[in-house]
Amino acid sequence: MSENKSNISWLNSFLIETGELAYFTGRFFKEVFRRPFEFKEFLKQCYNVGNKSLLLVGITGFIIGLVFTLQSRPKMMELGAESWIPSMVSISIIREIGPIITALICAGKIGSGIGAELGSMRVTEQIDAMEVSGTNPFKYLVVTRIMATTFMIPLLVIMGDVIALFGSFLIENIKGDVSFTLYFNEVFNSLEYSDFTPSTIKTFFFGFAIGLVGCYKGYYTKHGTAGVGVSANSAVVEASIVLFIIDFVAVLIADIFYSV
Amino acid sequence: MTSNINNKNAVIVIRDLHKRFGNNHVLDGFNMDLYEGETLVIMGKSGSGKSVMIKCLIGLESHDSGTINIMGMDMDKVNEIELDELRTEVGFLFQGSALYDSMTVRENLEFPLRRHTKKFGEIGDGTPLVMEALHNVGLEHTIDLMPEELSGGMKRRIALARTLILKPKIILYDEPTTGLDPITSKEIVVLMKSIQEKYKTSSIVITHDVDCARFISNRMILLVDGINYAEGTFSELDASEDPKVRAFFKS
Repeated sequence: MSENKSNISWLNSFLIETGELAYFTGRFFKEVFRRPFEFKEFLKQCYNVGNKSLLLVGITGFIIGLVFTLQSRPKMMELGAESWIPSMVSISIIREIGPIITALICAGKIGSGIGAELGSMRVTEQIDAMEVSGTNPFKYLVVTRIMATTFMIPLLVIMGDVIALFGSFLIENIKGDVSFTLYFNEVFNSLEYSDFTPSTIKTFFFGFAIGLVGCYKGYYTKHGTAGVGVSANSAVVEASIVLFIIDFVAVLIADIFYSV
Repeated sequence: MTSNINNKNAVIVIRDLHKRFGNNHVLDGFNMDLYEGETLVIMGKSGSGKSVMIKCLIGLESHDSGTINIMGMDMDKVNEIELDELRTEVGFLFQGSALYDSMTVRENLEFPLRRHTKKFGEIGDGTPLVMEALHNVGLEHTIDLMPEELSGGMKRRIALARTLILKPKIILYDEPTTGLDPITSKEIVVLMKSIQEKYKTSSIVITHDVDCARFISNRMILLVDGINYAEGTFSELDASEDPKVRAFFKS
């Protein structure tokens, strides 16, 4: 009996949260096209999201490229397919590993940051102060941040992909004496639009999801300072789950359009 | 809806205000008038609905029923643009100051100005207005500091400067002396009084601080169980024989 009650209560809160998130998303689309446009704040948020995540995304991408090539090289040599390494690595990174890993890192860094920042503004009444001064806090804080993540995450993903490929090239160069030109010729010969286009389009959705979940969690923070930690944490967890769902749906759709 | 006392017009009129959170009936038919140039102090125990009432007043909380009329405008009928314009006439000092902690003092003060270019014109360089507001609270030297570099009392004064910068006709103070030491509390109360005299603003002050109420109030309301339980000047309430009023003034 109590298990049933707990299941109903879990389902109830899940449905309420889904409804609230849908309303929040609807409000974003309503506000995004209305004047005044907070362009200065949008640029500031682009700087925060992009510039401040460059190093982390760069290091991670570089290590992924190194490790991926190091791990796959012995097996490929055993199969006599050493020359396929650039193609295999580039397709894997561009199609899947680069976008999802970069997005997960950004969910951790940017999503939690937005959740904590807006959460702390909520509990210290800064959002209320904005509202009573005649500023629309949703437009100023939420719309600008979601727009910034939507536009900056794809750029970060592309940068992460390039650095990962460079890391892979370094291993190939050190272990296999492959030149820069040869390696990247192989990479570009093997890549097609169907590898690049769907994976780039989905990164816009990744960025949107990270911003949306982070802002939603932060904007509706409750229970004082303890609630700020909960918001930051749940922003990361929920954004990560949403990223995998978007990834799955994107792969399904891409498969319909690009499968032979 | 209008009301007047001693030929003064009411700038805020609240009638039969109800607000409930679940089964908790926080406001249960609250009535209030605030007259031009008057400082009205609202006292009550924690959880008695004082802060909820003041937030309903400015539209930060919605009320369940009743009417709120500010300077002739019915708060249930104002549209978004009218509400924005009204908010330049009604300042709000938050309990925790609520300074934007990612902005300097200058940016904190310029922020509301930039939102109201209709009233103040384009703010290319807002410094004269900012300096005037800082001068009013005696903190000109803090203009380029971040909020984290200020003491609690300084934050409260900067928050007051930010409230004043829009030149409001009404100021709502939500527990302005809470969390401050007695000397700083006294400074804030004196500052509030001098601002009221200089700009002839009408004010509502929510407080637990009996000394603050004694010094600043023209009239007081004691809020108990969501209704205005007692009303009068400080000396009238202080002399009351009612046990609930006595208990409050003894504490």
